Amino acid sequence: MTDPERYQDPLTIQRVLHATKTIAIVGLSNNELRASYFVGYYLKRHGYRVIPVNPREKEILGETSYPSLLDVPVPVDLVNVFRAPDALPAIAREAVEIKAGALWCQFGVINEEGARIAETGGVTVIMDRCLKIEHARYVGRMHWLGFNTRRITSVRAGLQ
Amino acid sequence: MTDKLSRAEQAREFGFETRQLHAGQRPDPNTGARAVPIFQTTSYVFEDPESAAAYFNLQEYGNTYSRIMNPTVAVFEERVANLEGGAGAVAFASGIAAQAAALFTLLQPGDHVVSSSALYGGTVNQLKHLLRKMSVELTWVDPDDPGAWREAVRPNTKAFFGETIGNPSGNVLDIETVAAIAHEHELPLIVDNTFATPYLCRPIEWGADIVIHSATKFIGGHGTSIGGVVVEAGTFDWSNGRFPVVADASPAYHGLRFHETFGMYGYLMKLRAETLRDLGGALSPFNAFLFLQGLETLSLRMDRHVENARAVAAFLDSHELASNVTYPGLPGNKYRPLVDKYLPRGAGAVFSFDCAGGRAGGQGLIGGLTLWSHLANVGDAKSLVIHPASTTHRQLGDEELRAAGVGPGTVRLSVGTESVEDLIWDLEQGFARVAATTGAASDAPSGAPSAAKGGEKVETA
Ligand SMILES: Cc1ncc(COP(=O)(O)O)c(C=O)c1O
Repeated sequence: MTDPERYQDPLTIQRVLHATKTIAIVGLSNNELRASYFVGYYLKRHGYRVIPVNPREKEILGETSYPSLLDVPVPVDLVNVFRAPDALPAIAREAVEIKAGALWCQFGVINEEGARIAETGGVTVIMDRCLKIEHARYVGRMHWLGFNTRRITSVRAGLQ
Repeated sequence: MTDKLSRAEQAREFGFETRQLHAGQRPDPNTGARAVPIFQTTSYVFEDPESAAAYFNLQEYGNTYSRIMNPTVAVFEERVANLEGGAGAVAFASGIAAQAAALFTLLQPGDHVVSSSALYGGTVNQLKHLLRKMSVELTWVDPDDPGAWREAVRPNTKAFFGETIGNPSGNVLDIETVAAIAHEHELPLIVDNTFATPYLCRPIEWGADIVIHSATKFIGGHGTSIGGVVVEAGTFDWSNGRFPVVADASPAYHGLRFHETFGMYGYLMKLRAETLRDLGGALSPFNAFLFLQGLETLSLRMDRHVENARAVAAFLDSHELASNVTYPGLPGNKYRPLVDKYLPRGAGAVFSFDCAGGRAGGQGLIGGLTLWSHLANVGDAKSLVIHPASTTHRQLGDEELRAAGVGPGTVRLSVGTESVEDLIWDLEQGFARVAATTGAASDAPSGAPSAAKGGEKVETA
């Protein structure tokens, strides 16, 4: 049994959000109504370098799309996965091989073997969480739409 | 970077009293204001054309227009969502508007709703007449009978609806059981939690999928503002095949599939970006501010409301001119086991009783009160009283009243937070008037006869 909560620690999430500059999105769609496109568009707006990984596309969001993580020519801080759960072990192996800092699996992308491969290879794992939502929760404006961020803090926020 | 992380937030389950003060708000980034600022504005200047487009496309969380979102209202929405344990919330200009919007978002013509029959009269009207205008069918069920809920389900049923504590008859909904029946049929359970507030009961913890409040009542708590709010748990599978209006490509939002794209936030996004946009009925920022002031003391007020309600109910229960006290927290009440399960901190502060002397008795009692306020509302810090037979149900004859569960002498109380001895002193003044004007005292049945019997007997006396 996989326990995704092991991979949802708020401090780890905040550390990854702040340490990341380059994000490879595996399974990014070129259809602007799909969830992955919403996430990619959002991350680009917030200053991350977004690298699409999708063998069926040449370019998404104005960025070159690569067939696999191994083809990405620059260092990747975070691998963000929008694929079926059983594709995860292979993606995790590639994430270890390219020395990615973290592997972030979206809602429902839960696979224990993939998580173990990444962790053993020194890659931080976050699972069953949405990268856009967590960014909006801790750095962005999620509370502007009345969503429950569960944040409780008296610390004055920075300029948005 | 290290600086930011040095004050990063730990995983901690904060208590209810902490969250009623803090959830949804950080001190204002621009001014440092500790109180929630009132953003009294209709609209917001966009940074650039691209940002404006991203906001309208829902690709970025951004303020556009206060019919759809407002930063003061958003603090209120998040705070209620947090206290109820939901994924998020959308506020409305009234409780009735919140209910209409919650249903409108998931219904289409030809659908069917199953509802408890023990509801606030305004909700009964809304379900009966508004749904028919939308070509939606409705079945009323006895909320206490699980079999009735199950038998009412049809292939086109889309939701179950009930109140945690029914207004005014005090039925307590067996939320866990009714939610399980709804889920057997892949339907959401909608619960109006107005009378309990999230301090006394959190229906989502028992399986409810959507929780609605008239914030007008205990949430505001001071009788200043009309408003409502819809909270969604975020766990219902809107893509189960029964809800094409939520799951399919939306013609009202350039083909967006709300549930697929926004996942656990899909229903709430649609509720805001489509239903609130199209029906209007937005909560004003000033009213949201007043509701936030109310929420800050919710637990303190509710403990006190409950303490006073228990004392007033016990006083009435043993008074010779009062019968049929419907406070579900009374020891002998038939809902007591459900109160112990769902409302361990108390069964709220609204209930009714039958005053000896029938219609004249009820009117006499109210005429004799000088502290309880005679008006049509509940959930104020001030104690409130109303005689349905001469106000909200005035057009009905005695027989019709009885069918509606209201006796000619029925009086509804909303017990406030005053000194309880003063509340009881005032009720005694009222009963003295009843005795003087109807001569009921000597004939009044002691013990606890049924509503109809008590009313009838005294009326002929
Ligand atoms: C239980 C309940 N639900 C809903 C409502 C409607 O709320 P509002 O008056 O804010 O529209 C009321 C109002 O009396 C109520 O008592």
